[in-house]
Amino acid sequence: MMLIKNGLIVDPSQGLHEVQDIFVADGMIQKIGKDLVVEGAEIVDASGMIVMPGAVDMHVHLREPGDEHKETILTGVQAAIHGGFTSVACMPNTNPVADHEAVIESIMFKASKYGLADVYPIAAITKNLAGEEITEMGLLKRTGAVAFSDDGKTVQHTGVLRRAMDYSKMANALLISHCEDKELLGSGVMNEGIVSTELGLAGIPNEVEDLIIARDLAMAKLTGCRVHIAHVSTAGGVELVAKAKADGVKVTAETTPHHLLLTDEAVRGYDTNTKVNPPLRKEEDRLAVFEGLKKGIIDCVATDHAPHAQQEKEVEYAYAANGVVGLETAVPLIWTNFVKKGLLNEEEFVTIMSRRPAEILQIDKGTLQAGKMADILILNPDQEKTVEPQKFYSKGKNTPFGGMKLTGWPEMVIKAGKMVYRDEKLV
Amino acid sequence: MAIAKKDLLSLSDLSVDEIQEIFAVAREMKTVIAGEDKKHPVLRGRSVINLFYENSTRTRSSFEIAGKYLGADVVNISASSSSVTKGESLKDTAKTIDRLAPDVIIMRHGASGAHEVLAQNVKARVINAGDGAHQHPTQALLDMFTITEKKGSLEGLKIAIVGDILHSRVARSDVWGFRALGADVTLCAPPTLMPSHAADLGVTVTYDMNEAVKDADVIVMLRIQLERQKAGMFPSVREYAAFYCLTEERLALAKPDCLVMHPGPINRGIEISGEIADGVQSVIDEQVENGLAVRMALLSMMGGYQNDVN
Repeated sequence: MMLIKNGLIVDPSQGLHEVQDIFVADGMIQKIGKDLVVEGAEIVDASGMIVMPGAVDMHVHLREPGDEHKETILTGVQAAIHGGFTSVACMPNTNPVADHEAVIESIMFKASKYGLADVYPIAAITKNLAGEEITEMGLLKRTGAVAFSDDGKTVQHTGVLRRAMDYSKMANALLISHCEDKELLGSGVMNEGIVSTELGLAGIPNEVEDLIIARDLAMAKLTGCRVHIAHVSTAGGVELVAKAKADGVKVTAETTPHHLLLTDEAVRGYDTNTKVNPPLRKEEDRLAVFEGLKKGIIDCVATDHAPHAQQEKEVEYAYAANGVVGLETAVPLIWTNFVKKGLLNEEEFVTIMSRRPAEILQIDKGTLQAGKMADILILNPDQEKTVEPQKFYSKGKNTPFGGMKLTGWPEMVIKAGKMVYRDEKLV
Repeated sequence: MAIAKKDLLSLSDLSVDEIQEIFAVAREMKTVIAGEDKKHPVLRGRSVINLFYENSTRTRSSFEIAGKYLGADVVNISASSSSVTKGESLKDTAKTIDRLAPDVIIMRHGASGAHEVLAQNVKARVINAGDGAHQHPTQALLDMFTITEKKGSLEGLKIAIVGDILHSRVARSDVWGFRALGADVTLCAPPTLMPSHAADLGVTVTYDMNEAVKDADVIVMLRIQLERQKAGMFPSVREYAAFYCLTEERLALAKPDCLVMHPGPINRGIEISGEIADGVQSVIDEQVENGLAVRMALLSMMGGYQNDVN
């Protein structure tokens, strides 16, 4: 039994924004109210803290099975808890690919042993991510796949995509689309613009992303399937999603902390921790993406946590692996840069970091309502700490945010009623 | 005078004053090269490593001879083009080579920005002899030096750079250097071989070669890599030559004393007519000689005892 006292509870799922107490027992939230007294309950002092539902990251790469040198399910869920995420959805680009029940079961089984973050596997749309034959979506969903995506492989053939979208309705499945026209991408490694021109690096125009967003939205309209646009990075992408939503297409969208905070200017100096896919764009795109998030056109923040080994990043820019880690920095990055600056309020913060992703995945998370699993993030709104990649639980240290001073770090994390993180370490 | 920055990765690592000083020293080096005893051993006891990940005859031999005339020990290392999957990483190669205690490492590499990886892992000073489509600072220095010798200065000159700008590190270094010394630069290429944001470099961009060379004081022709045609960047060599070859008719549009330059090696009859390459306005051969003088100047300023940084 646990009694969380005097925290500022922010829970948009029940319109709550008030200093109250939370009583937790049997892994569940039992009661929220003022000045609760429970005999024998452990008291958790949350004075001055923000108490919110555990953050939900609907786009991570846990790398296991297959690429355990980059990350394992264990290090991934440790990183998640360290960063305030109590639920994560992991992409299927493992080896073997998560295109079969056995892989989904194995991921879920391993994750369940650790009692840290809940792991919701995303299964592949096509077998072996080859973009040809659709997977057994019905069986996969029944086994536990929370969504379907070919992620970075992007289904290139529109005919195959149409079949997948049509078929997905049988299982009421969510398709997550990483939008990228591979042919137009060519050998591009960064945003196309004056920076790529000066650095002599092959550029990626916004249209690589926008064309496929437009295609996928048109196909979602045709088929009526549910589609979620991953990591929107362009102004054009935001506009397309806004229009589709207005047209009644069942679409949701995410963006990432790095696309909200960095532009292609960060690539000067060839730091490979700025190499991500989609690439860091221009300032006007960054502003449009934030505007889209603020207006709810973009529903949520997802990290696209993409751990890589040091040797996969400490190479020439064109040869470096794409991606940055995000689980252990996203919460304080968004807090510091948007909430602290008054650009987002606390409700909006909890909505984009927890509530909306849970709703999109249709998982019973992102809420502190009585009767729900007690996944709780207690966040310290003011204490400043420096991003120290060497202290990450993730095997991946590939972040462009190292050395940055941030506030809004997790103070305590409670998972299923158990204190799993406090005093800067996992319990 | 020494060079302030440890490494020369991009031409913009040099100040205009440093560039002028390099030119002054290069003039002295030209008399050394012209003399009977070419040894000018200011780098005796110093070592220079030429690390080349791409084939190069003129740049590599130019640096090698420059180092030898200055009395340094020069070692050439030819590495097969690096790839992530095979062979040693650049980081490990860098760390290994650095333990051989070179004073200067000169590298050419096919990947833009590769020199950042090298420079972060060595104590030696690094000179960029070309990285991908990014920079080739010593080529720009020798181009600027050659123009300065012939024209007095670059101030107010109209300079056209014609050819595969998209993939050209020479063009990127030239643009910065020419503009820093006061020239107006026009870039000309078929649109598929022009960077998307070239105009933002502070130059005039045109796809029409006649317009580019009109009233030019200097024309810099770039080599067209024939593989670009196979990659579909332009339809045929015949069509390329029809629109972007420096012919007598096109050269006649430039100023009568217009200099014709080319970093070499040239494709005769494709980007430049053989007659022009051999003609009176061509300074292509002098570029090679000046390249040696400029590299001797640079090495003496970056590799000598009196010029240590740190």
